[in-house]
Amino acid sequence: MSALAKMASSRLFWPVVMLLVLFAINLVAFPGFFEITVRDGQLFGSLIDILRNGAPTLIIAVGMTLVIATRGIDLSVGAVAAISGAVACSIILGSPDPGSLATVAVAVTVALLISLVLGVWNGFLVAVLGIQPIIATLILMTAGRGVAMLITEGQILTVNSPPFKFLGSGFWLGVPIAVIIAAVVFGLAALLTRRTALGMFIESVGINPEASRQAGVRARGLLFAVYTFCALCAAIAGLILTANTAAADANNTGLFIELDAILAVVIGGTSLAGGRYSLVGTLVGALVIQTLVTTVYTVGIPPIATMVFKAAVVTIVCLLQSPTTAEALSGFRRRLAVRSGKGVAAS
Amino acid sequence: MTKLLEAPTTNHPPRPRRGTGPARTAPTGRGRRRPLAAALGVLTSPKYGPVTVTGLLFVAIFVIGGFRYRGFFSGQVFLNLFVDNAYLIVLAVGMTFVILTGGIDLSVGAVVALSGMIAASLLQTGWSPGVVIPLILVLTSILGLLVGLMIHVFKVQPFIATLAAMFLARGLCYVISQSSISITDPTFIQLAVSRIPLGAGLSITPSVIIALVVVGIAVWVLHGTRFGRTVYAIGGGEQSGLLMGLPVARTKVLVYVISGFCSGLAGVLFTFYTLSGYPLTAIGTELDAIAAVVIGGTLLTGGYGFVLGSVLGVLVLGVIQTIITFEGTLSSWWTKIFIGALLLVFIILQKVLTARRR
Repeated sequence: MSALAKMASSRLFWPVVMLLVLFAINLVAFPGFFEITVRDGQLFGSLIDILRNGAPTLIIAVGMTLVIATRGIDLSVGAVAAISGAVACSIILGSPDPGSLATVAVAVTVALLISLVLGVWNGFLVAVLGIQPIIATLILMTAGRGVAMLITEGQILTVNSPPFKFLGSGFWLGVPIAVIIAAVVFGLAALLTRRTALGMFIESVGINPEASRQAGVRARGLLFAVYTFCALCAAIAGLILTANTAAADANNTGLFIELDAILAVVIGGTSLAGGRYSLVGTLVGALVIQTLVTTVYTVGIPPIATMVFKAAVVTIVCLLQSPTTAEALSGFRRRLAVRSGKGVAAS
Repeated sequence: MTKLLEAPTTNHPPRPRRGTGPARTAPTGRGRRRPLAAALGVLTSPKYGPVTVTGLLFVAIFVIGGFRYRGFFSGQVFLNLFVDNAYLIVLAVGMTFVILTGGIDLSVGAVVALSGMIAASLLQTGWSPGVVIPLILVLTSILGLLVGLMIHVFKVQPFIATLAAMFLARGLCYVISQSSISITDPTFIQLAVSRIPLGAGLSITPSVIIALVVVGIAVWVLHGTRFGRTVYAIGGGEQSGLLMGLPVARTKVLVYVISGFCSGLAGVLFTFYTLSGYPLTAIGTELDAIAAVVIGGTLLTGGYGFVLGSVLGVLVLGVIQTIITFEGTLSSWWTKIFIGALLLVFIILQKVLTARRR
């Protein structure tokens, strides 16, 4: 097998190709695409924008990857993001001193704690009651937005709190805070699951829950942990999204973000059937989605058409990764080999 | 297959239960026990249990509403459940087919919006409704066909394939127009405002008739044709269906075509209701349709369920909405919380019933 064929058979091949193609399109449409400038000690540029705007999706996608690796799915992340944003904003608004660091710390902590409870609830439905994950999390997806509206009393809560706003649009050492948070979440997940046996346990639960239980893996505890972690990721993303606009909108915070996150995971080559997962793939997938959105802007296509392009990318990636395509391709290669073999024999 | 599963129902021993007073004190002769055993059997079977509970729940909510609010207990309030939810009934019918095979269709809400947009924009440029409506139905059926092929031929999970279709449909809505387009076509307006009197001051809309016809056809297809049996068989076990020589491939693709067709029709009914096309309309309707099907007693793993159950599910959602309107002080977001809670109850009920069978 040639080096190229080996590369092409890698799970990361098509997503990376997709990303490079998108980069190339951007470079043609906007020659300064790769330029990164330093202004007031802060980094600016298209690539930085992609990283910064893609951070919430990436954070959720990391949690989603682990859930999907256990053959699950979490549809409730958008609702959890909305709830955490609503909780944080309503605490900040209700405090006598919205601008103080302590208030924001309390608000963020409470929001994250509540997300842990929501994650445990999802884990309980899946691990203890044994409900299919797609349905179990559908409940929170439907009811969660209602709960978020209950917290905000149906209004858009606008807060004026510099420390909170810093979470969404601040910089540290020139790098946007959102990117740093995403990097930390990604690094933690990678370290925890790839430097310990945890990742292998998660994969074993995804391949065969019963067999892994009999082999001594505590599948139930693992499922709880994975759904809780996913909800925590969703809450972090929700806080970043809310802080970015300094407003909690129960209806629109994190709308469709569950779909973007699942897409990122699928584009990254993690199968929805559970088992093998790739966090690097998810990173590439999240970047592909965000770059796609940016491309739509730079190329000058009306941004409203973004969803059509997303549909196209999903379809193409899914068809390329489909076993039917792989079979057809390998059959084609075999036929080519046979034909060239015949050619050699004839000469 | 269903016969085999029903068999234990008839000789299921009635368990003594607290609270069912008459049953305990009644003479335990065969004649007295059998109907009770049958009733218990119906309630605890995965096939009939959830749908019976839904029926009882609907009656209970309606009666409670009748006692609490003046003017609630009227025929027109009941008929308005159909008038307001005609499109949702059609959607739930299509979704029932898909879920019976163990699949799911997330694209229906976006397709409803898309067919509304197509209708509004084409009517605006002077097309005749007689061309526009069939065109919409054909287009949405083709979209369903593509989704079905993606799922069957390329082995893409239904969740992802229909998600792509959802993005596509929603995106196309925006491409057609970003703002609301109102419909001024006389035929559409006629269909929107006309009421069909039923006597005694009661009336329904033409949409209700269309929805009920769809329900009737769906019942016949599922219970009276070979195709319907194959749908149930695939939900019961795709591998077994294949081994029995059933046309699994064709049926699995057709189910998504049906769902696409129903979404298109629901979109047309929805435009009769709103008389406009708007790209952001019907967001989250797919969840309502799925919730109606689940509350109506269709098992999400496939194999069990009735179209009429899904209609009951829609009515339950509708009556909750009506109660919240009558209550006045309750805000609209309570609907979402109630629907979520109901979903939870019914899913746990399904779980308990199927667990006891196995």
